[in-house]
Order: sequence, then structure tokens, then C-alpha cells
Amino acid sequence: MTNEWTPICRIDDIPVLGSRRVARPQGLDVAVFRTDNNEVFALLDRCPHKGGPLSQGIVFGTSVACPLHNWTIGLCTGQAAAPDEGCTPRFEVKLTEGEVFLKSAELASLATDLTRPVAGPARRTACA
Amino acid sequence: MDMRVVPKTKLKLVMVGNGMAGVRTIEELLKISPDLYDITVFGAESHPNYNRILLSPVLAGEQTLDEIVLNSWDWYTDNGIHLHAGWKVTSVDRAKRLVHATNAAGETLSAHYDRLLMCTGSKPFILPLPGKNLQGVLAYRDIADTSAMIDAAAKYRHAVVIGGGLLGLEAANGLMLRGMSVTVVHVHPTLMERQLDSVAGKLLQQSLEKRGLQFLMGAQTQALLGGGGDDGRRVTAVAFKDGTQVPADLVVMAVGIRPNTELAESMRLHCSKGIVVNDTLQTVTDARIYSVGECAAHRGIAYGLVAPLFEQAKVAANHLAQFGIGRYMGSLTSTKLKVTGIDLFSAGQFMGGEGTEEIVMSDPFGGVYKKLVLKDNQLIGACLYGDTVDGSWYFKLLRDGRPIADIRDKLMFGESNIGDAGHQGHNKAAAMKDSDEVCGCNGVTKGTICKAIKEKGLMTLDEVRKHTKASASCGSCTGLVEQLLIFTAGADYSATPKTKALCACTDHGHQAVRDAIKTNKLLTIADVFAFMEWKTPNGCASCRPAVNYYLISTWPKQAKDDPQSRFINERSHANIQKDGTYSVIPRMWGGETTAGELRRIADVVDKYKIPTVKVTGGQRIDLLGVKKEDLQAVWQDIGMPSGHAYAKALRTVKTCVGSEWCRMGTQDSTQMGKDLERAMWRMYAPHKVKFAVSGCPRNCAEAGIKDVGIIGVDSGWEMYVAGNGGIKTEVAHFLVKVKTAAEVLEYTGAFCELYRTEGWYLERTVHYVNRVGLDYVKKRIVEDHAGRKELWENLQFALDGEPDPWFEFDKAAVDTRQFEAISA
Repeated sequence: MTNEWTPICRIDDIPVLGSRRVARPQGLDVAVFRTDNNEVFALLDRCPHKGGPLSQGIVFGTSVACPLHNWTIGLCTGQAAAPDEGCTPRFEVKLTEGEVFLKSAELASLATDLTRPVAGPARRTACA
Repeated sequence: MDMRVVPKTKLKLVMVGNGMAGVRTIEELLKISPDLYDITVFGAESHPNYNRILLSPVLAGEQTLDEIVLNSWDWYTDNGIHLHAGWKVTSVDRAKRLVHATNAAGETLSAHYDRLLMCTGSKPFILPLPGKNLQGVLAYRDIADTSAMIDAAAKYRHAVVIGGGLLGLEAANGLMLRGMSVTVVHVHPTLMERQLDSVAGKLLQQSLEKRGLQFLMGAQTQALLGGGGDDGRRVTAVAFKDGTQVPADLVVMAVGIRPNTELAESMRLHCSKGIVVNDTLQTVTDARIYSVGECAAHRGIAYGLVAPLFEQAKVAANHLAQFGIGRYMGSLTSTKLKVTGIDLFSAGQFMGGEGTEEIVMSDPFGGVYKKLVLKDNQLIGACLYGDTVDGSWYFKLLRDGRPIADIRDKLMFGESNIGDAGHQGHNKAAAMKDSDEVCGCNGVTKGTICKAIKEKGLMTLDEVRKHTKASASCGSCTGLVEQLLIFTAGADYSATPKTKALCACTDHGHQAVRDAIKTNKLLTIADVFAFMEWKTPNGCASCRPAVNYYLISTWPKQAKDDPQSRFINERSHANIQKDGTYSVIPRMWGGETTAGELRRIADVVDKYKIPTVKVTGGQRIDLLGVKKEDLQAVWQDIGMPSGHAYAKALRTVKTCVGSEWCRMGTQDSTQMGKDLERAMWRMYAPHKVKFAVSGCPRNCAEAGIKDVGIIGVDSGWEMYVAGNGGIKTEVAHFLVKVKTAAEVLEYTGAFCELYRTEGWYLERTVHYVNRVGLDYVKKRIVEDHAGRKELWENLQFALDGEPDPWFEFDKAAVDTRQFEAISA
């Protein structure tokens, strides 16, 4: 399984300078991004700052701006741009003849322990 | 695409002078082009680059020399820079491109250059007095001077500082704190006469006298007398023209600085008030040679403050890196004194003069004095003593040249007197405790900010914002953060470029981008980026939404909206929440609803297990915690139009009950509100837009704090604009009174269209009107009847046939793929 690749979508299923989120059996979604020169990157769909869904951010160059507090996260590394500090897990991507693949092993087990922040009434219960 | 020619061997860059401006240039250069040059630096001082502005706190014992080092020895090594500290450049052969230097031991050294950066700074002016070469007579310029002063303070008692300017007072204050008896000798009748008017100068003198400084004003120094020390060569007293004498074991001359152009002149570079450079910081004589900092004269001005020098550094670095983008256009500067506990600020033509008017507030007992100088309906100068928190606001007004007639009555009371929220009404940073919150948006305390400034060596407001987030959100605490910077880092950071760049991707400001789009009929973001030579291939999260908005607002029906350049809320047509779910607010015209609508909403809440239902401040119902994949179904099931509560667009029209029911009501405000909302919904704008309509002057709809507020009176409707209930509570300005509902629509529409087509992205109506002035708005909307009608027609044209994004996905360019996740 370690070297197996799971087909995800066609590159054209991802908007240029945009992203799609990939749901997996366990753990948070994986965000796949497409730059304007048709490179594809994948990160855990979770900003290292306050857990915002990076798939919803604005993509520019090889970066994405988190939709919650505008941190800039590098698509190649998952690293937050200085002076902010933090890193979100990066997933390996294979792009063959327009088909996007993610590593099966990473989909199954990479960063499956990380969660999204809780909001709403559930938060009060959680804090109590 | 990188078009630069990269040579096989590195080019050689030699820098003469190892000071703040030059090293900043190298830092900027390394950031954008780390491998282009082999860099050699000659510094006459045997220290690495340090923060010269902080010599005063060092002298005062508030900081140590180690703390003010900006670049350690390691920094030079790590970046492969050959540093020759303690080597003075003696000559430069421009034909052979060779720099010759010598050190204290008399050894010599030469270096070849392809580019030369002259950063020789300035040198103190020494009065040509008899005795100027005696021991104990110093200037105040570098670490050696500072150390000598600290040593003298430990051994001797009497100090005389010649010069009552910024530097002289800081020196005097420091020597006094080190236990010396200090007399300041000043040739003018008041202190800091170039930065303060006579009233403020006298207040300053009083306050310094209370601390223990002595002053001799209007005193003309004749000679420095010797005979002291073991060998009789140390200074003992200062003699004046009137025959009097003051004892002195130490004399500090702080009578001004001159650009250090000695070397440049020997190289036959054109010098006039400094080394003359053009807008790219190249010397006018030799394009291979650049000059930045206090030695450079740009358009006749040699700047002595940090912020302009840093702007120069950025431009010079860009050209050295062969990107060829950016011009330095000069800076406006203001003055602040770094004596802890004394607040003073001045900028512009604060002395007044022909054709000027003054507004003055003077409370000598309370130690507060403020003078504003006006000319031709503009603020042209400000001089503040004792309370300087509004300095940055005045400075901005001054720089923008905004007409001030409409705010003249409250100008003196500052920006912060109107409902400033978030920092408990503090206006003096020095008086705050470390644990006090400065920035209420991001919860940043004074202690955190000061610590970051010190530990990370932050120098500008922008850097503090980036590192600490203080004042990075609403900006209402900017004045406080600036004060903290001055006390902690020492420099004057409020100098600003004359136009502020839209973002780091370009040097152009908002207005230039708007103008270019209009004049050249640019229709796509790519066109704008190409035409205006954007520095990045596809912009960033700041400029793309702005440019997209400018395109669609300037060329409705022609420019195509780019959803990928919109913030997520406007891409998914719902408001993202902290957990990644969304909120949905359906439109309820004028805030009125029906049993049918409420039933559908209730059913949707049950069906999609929506956790929270809340009534908003704008009289609408908010469904919070909707999953992204449910959005389309939720909209469909509710069957009400989009409320645009997520967009930079018309949000809600809040109404009171009005004459239909209310026994006090004079006008049918609910109907008026519904009509306004139906006429102007789907209207995108630079920022969110809120209306309110009240049926009588009791104003239950709170129309006084809305972008457009309409208040019904018996004889018609009063219209108020540019109010705001947000960060700064701003009361709307009365614009006009009209008779009919049709007129309310026309005037409101015209005002909105004016704002839509002239406002800068993310500028609320209050800021737009503050920028252009209420008189201008009146001229366009009230006085120009044909112009108003045209604006209103333009808006109707723009809105005609605009889709409801909750139902017309194709037309609204909603990419529905976003709603579903791909399953792996």
C-alpha cells in the first residue's frame, strides 16, 4: 500500500487558482490546489493558525491565503509565511496525463488525528 | 518571468559606509536577489550596523550598546558579506572602479566594484570656535561619542550642550540622567525652533527645567576655555559674547548635521546639499553608483529620518537587483522627540504664514498645547505638545490634502474623540501598564508589543503589524502603537510615501489602478497586471479582489467577474464561520416577513439540523452552522432571495414600523425601506453598505449611523450619509432634504453609484467621504442635477438583470463544484 496512488479527479475538476476538498474515510479533508500554470498541490485542509479550511482561500502564486485570518500558507511546504509560524501537513501529489493522484497510505493515515475547531452551542458544551 | 541577465560570475557590489540605510538596502537586495552580487562593505566604525537613533536611550541608561546592534557579526558572515569594519575609504577610482581604504594601523586595501553604494551618512557640524579641539569637546553622532559622554559623566560634573534641537536635548537629558549638571545653550529664543512654534517650545523648556536641565536661551558662544585636566588641555568653561561664563568639563556640540560628501566630492560626483541622486537612487553623475541615506540629496532634500531612508533602500535594492521597478518619489516627514515622558509632534508648515489660519488649543497648566495650521481649506501643518495621539491622523490629513471644511469644527479634538473603541480610551502609551491592552481586535498588550519591537528589532508600523497583529485589523490603535515604537525603537516612523501602494505586488495606489482601468478600458485582471507592470504573476489575496471589484464596477456588463479573485464569502455566497461552516441570511425586504417564510425557515432549520438561529442587528434572520454541502439545498428550500450578508454589497435596509402602524409615525418608512432595498439589492460596492429608514425624527431605525440613513419628517425625508456603527462610531452627515419617495431613491442611488465608482476597495462610505470631503459629495449629488440623474441611471443600468446568486448559478458565475467534496 505504501507506494499505491489513489486517483482523485481530473486536473480540470479543480478551478485554476482554486481548489477542491477531498473527503477521506478518516480525518479532515485534504485540499488540492491548482496554480495558474497547472501545478497541483495538496495540504491538509486546516490552517496551522486556527484550523481554517484552506480549500476556501484565495490561491496566488504558490500560496493560499487562509479564509479566516488571512495567513499565507505555502502550497509546496505547508509552511506559514514569515513572520507567522506554523505548518500544515503536506500530501504528495502525482499528476499523470491530467489525472490527479494522492498517496493511498497518506490518505488513510496522515494527520488523521487533527480536528477542526468547534463552534456554536456545541462549543459551550465542550467548554463546560 | 525572470528577464534578468544573470552573469556566470557574480557582480561585485561595494558599499561605502556600514550604517542603517545602506545595510537596509543590502537586506532588501538579499531578499529579492540573494545570489547576484559578491558584497563588500567598508565601515569606518569598528562596529557592526547598529541603530543610531537609539544612542539617546543608551546615553540615558535605558538600553545597552549590545541591545541596539541591528546586524550581528554573524549576519555578515552568514550572508557571505565581506565586512571591513574599522576601514575608512580614502579614495575611489571611478575609471578603474576601485575603492581604496585604510585602517587605524595604516594598512591599505583595495576592492573592485561593478556597482558602488555610497552610504556615507552625515557628520556633525562643529562650530569654528576657539578651543573646539580641547579634550572633552565632542559631537554626538556615533558609539565613540556616546561612550566618551558616558565616561565623562562618571568622572566630571558640569556639562554644556550647545544646541537646543532634537539631538541636543536628547544628549542633555541623557547626561542629566547620568548625574551631570547640564546647561543647554541655544542661540534662538526657544527650543527646537525648526520643529516647534514658540509656545510649544516654551512648554517643552518648562517641562525640561522641572526635570533639572538649565537653559541659556539666545546665548552666543564665543569660545571654549581650556586649562583643565592633568595636562591642562581639557575644557573648563564656555565663554559667551556678553562676557559671562559657564563651567564645563564636557561640551557637546549638537548644532546640526551635514551630509558627508567629502569622498563623493573627491570622486567628482555632483553634490549639492548631498550626493545628488535621481528617483532610482543612482547618482546623476555615474549610473554605476547609488547613494541612499543621509548623504543622498533627492530632489534637493537629504532626509535624516529612518522611514524615508528605508523607502530609498527598497527602491535602490530593486534597481540593484536589476528588476528596474519602482521610483522613490520623496517623503513627507514629521518630528517626534525621544525623551521618555515628553510627547511632542510636529509636521508640515506648523509656523503658519501668509494666508494661513490657525486653530489653537492651549492648556499650559495641564501641559497640553495643540496648533493646527490651515490654508485654502486644507490642513498644512500641526504642532502638538502633551497629547500627540492624533499626530498620525493629522499627518494623514496633511498628506492627503483632504478638504476640511466639513470637519473643521471637530478637527482639534482629533479622530479618537469620536467613539473610539477597543483600547479603553487610552491616548498615552507611556502611561499604560504592560498588561494593558493596546489592540482590542487582536488582544495585544503593551508588553507584547514592546517585547516584539525589542527582540525582533522591528522598525516600522508595518513590521509591528505583521509580527504582533497590533493595529492590523481596525487600525484605531495606530496612534498608540506608533507611540510605543517611538519610545521603544526610537525612530520616527510616521514618514510615509506620498501614495500608498495597493499591496506589495505593485507600487501603484488604489486611485492609479482605478484611473488606469477607466482611461485604458482594461477589462480583465490579467490586462491590469500587464498594463501596470505588476510584480507578481497573479497578484495576492489583497490586490486581486480589489482589482476584480474595480473592473466590474467601472465596466458593468463588459468586465467579467472572476470568482477566484473573490474572498470565499462572495464565492460561496454565504459567510464562513470559525469552524468552516457557513451562515445563511435570507433577504427580508425592509425587515418584514410572513408566516410562510418563517415556516419555511423553521423547516429548513429542522431538516438540516442547523444549530443556531439568530436575529441580526439589521433585522434579518441568521442561520448559523450550515454545512457547505447543504448550502444549495438550504437556499432552495427557503426560497427567499440572497441577503448578501456575506458580501461587499448592499446588506440590509433597516426600518422602523412607520406611519402604517405607529401612532407617532409621519412617513411610511417600511414601504420606503422595501422600495430602496428592491431597487438596490445585488449592488456590489467597495465595502458593505447598510441603509436605514425611520418614519419620524425619533429615529427608531438608527438611521444616524448608516451608510445612507433616511428620516421621515412631516414635510418629506431627510437624507444622511456616511455614518458608521462599527469600529469608530461615526454620525452620518446631513446631505439633503427631499419631498418624495422617488427623490429618496434617486439621491440614494446616485450617492451609492458615486461611492461605487470612486471608493477604494475596503473603504467604507465614511472613509470615502472623509477622503473626498462632504462638500464634494454635495456638489455631485445635491447641486449637479443632471449629474445626479446620470449616476442614478448608471446604477440602474449596472443592476439591471443582475442575478440572484442563490438561484441563478450560471449567470452569477457560481462554481457549484465547490459545494461537494471529492471522495477518495
